[in-house]
Amino acid sequence: MSKIPSDLKYTKSHEWVRALADGSVEIGITDHAQEALGDLVFVEVPEVGRKLAAGEACAVVESVKAASDVYSPLAGEVIEGNVDLAAAPELVNQDPYGNGWLLRFKPADKSGLAKLLDAAAYGKHLETEAH
Amino acid sequence: MPFIPHTDADVRTMLDAIGARRIDDLFDEIPAELKSGPLDGVPPAVNEMEISRVMHERAARDGMPLNFIGAGAYEHHIPAAVWAVTTRGEFYSAYTPYQAEASQGTLQLIYEYQTMMASLTGMEVSNASLYDGASALAEACLMAVRAHRKSNSARILLPATLNPTYRKVARAIAGMQEFTFDELPYDAATGRIRVDSLAAFEGQDVTALVIQQPNFFGVLEEVDELTRWARKNGTFIVAVVNPTSLALLKPPGKWGDGGVDIVCGEGQPLGVPLSSGGPYFGFMTTRMAHVRQMPGRIVGRTLDLDGRPGFTLTLQAREQHIRRSKATSNICTNQGLLVSAATIYLTLVGPAGLERVASASHERTQDLVRALTRIPGVRAKFSGPRFHEAVIALDRPAADILAALAERGIMGGLDLGTHYPELNEALLVCATETKTTADIDTYTNALADVLKSARAA
Repeated sequence: MSKIPSDLKYTKSHEWVRALADGSVEIGITDHAQEALGDLVFVEVPEVGRKLAAGEACAVVESVKAASDVYSPLAGEVIEGNVDLAAAPELVNQDPYGNGWLLRFKPADKSGLAKLLDAAAYGKHLETEAH
Repeated sequence: MPFIPHTDADVRTMLDAIGARRIDDLFDEIPAELKSGPLDGVPPAVNEMEISRVMHERAARDGMPLNFIGAGAYEHHIPAAVWAVTTRGEFYSAYTPYQAEASQGTLQLIYEYQTMMASLTGMEVSNASLYDGASALAEACLMAVRAHRKSNSARILLPATLNPTYRKVARAIAGMQEFTFDELPYDAATGRIRVDSLAAFEGQDVTALVIQQPNFFGVLEEVDELTRWARKNGTFIVAVVNPTSLALLKPPGKWGDGGVDIVCGEGQPLGVPLSSGGPYFGFMTTRMAHVRQMPGRIVGRTLDLDGRPGFTLTLQAREQHIRRSKATSNICTNQGLLVSAATIYLTLVGPAGLERVASASHERTQDLVRALTRIPGVRAKFSGPRFHEAVIALDRPAADILAALAERGIMGGLDLGTHYPELNEALLVCATETKTTADIDTYTNALADVLKSARAA
């Protein structure tokens, strides 16, 4: 069973979102997603300043068997990409909810966060996907 | 040997197994209005004997002219061993070597090819080839827009000194993706890009500048200065180069202060015959930083389970069978056989041999220009330094003169008026190591004669 921290928000496409104290949000892929992808060999994060629409492809995670897009759960502007992943993409496998974060951005509209899945709903979504 | 190994009985068994009546039933989900039906202008199939006869007849129509045309395809001597080795059964299937366990020889050859191209161009990584030089440039433009993540303009500068056909193909392939192509003028005296014309783009978001070296007129561009400008302006540089010339010229990886971003070009000069225009192959090299945006196959060297070295396709996650619509390109099998010939050619001639080919071609072209410009009314059009092509200005339209030369079995050059209306009295000529002093004399005497009769008329 993969880990689903209760303090985060989730999407059906397996991204997680953490609200930070300064009003910005941090985004990564879930434990389930990293496990399904396998060992990551490359992660592409967006340029600072890039404006993202909700649902837009904002990062690429590449494993030995696949390259997948990561979709932005909310609209906003990128303020930071995780530069450590260029040299150590395995951080996403080792610590998907911590050092393996992908990007931080300033959401255009804070109310969007409430519409995302909570841990329980995401857990249920994983169960339905498994069937 | 049949190319489709399934018998009618095999097909029937497979259809029965899945409960389909006919093969066409498998395509039922495609709406009828999207199906093209029979294609106009495609003749019925012919067998090997018939097609062989047609091709021989067409080849004979080309004759054996004394050829002084380059313009993107070059007549070089090809050692007999190149195609003797290339057409061996072990190389003769160009099909992509997906299965590393069954394709070590082909994979090693492509790996050697990539190593040679990376070394010639001074770049870090090469793909396994593209269709031809023109489509390689179009792919390089698409790649530049993908790889240059700080640029949002998808704006590309195409100099007028870039092969006009390449410009057309780049516009045809990349133009549908909302790219903007701006043209840079050439200097009428030197035949080079006017470096001062770049001032109009300074400080603007320009994704890439394309530089052809030597350029379409055979003239050497001021590549260091152009590269420095692009670097300073945050613009990528795509170099289009002739691989033979790189035996003498500075590789694009060393242009300016930091080199270029993408190198591409036509591989035909490396052991591929002119054969009425194709098939040829394109090449592309780049920096490791951009490797994930590079189209096409890449072969890598690795270790197997027992620690022995071996070769395999690598970085496949970029490709269409994995990345689907987000793939960097849909190119797959492409020009394997021609790459085999180029690899064998480069292996046979070696670095010193390639340098001799390049030097001899340069010297022959200088001889040709000296000889032709001794004829009254004939002069060298541009003052810029050249490699193995030159623009020769006549005192009357080139088309008529070329037609008269053709009657004497001489292909005297390319009529530049076809692509540059203001150069309709100019010829683009080329002499490689294949041209002797006697050949140059034959051409010079014929041109003098033809011009004399044209003036008398």
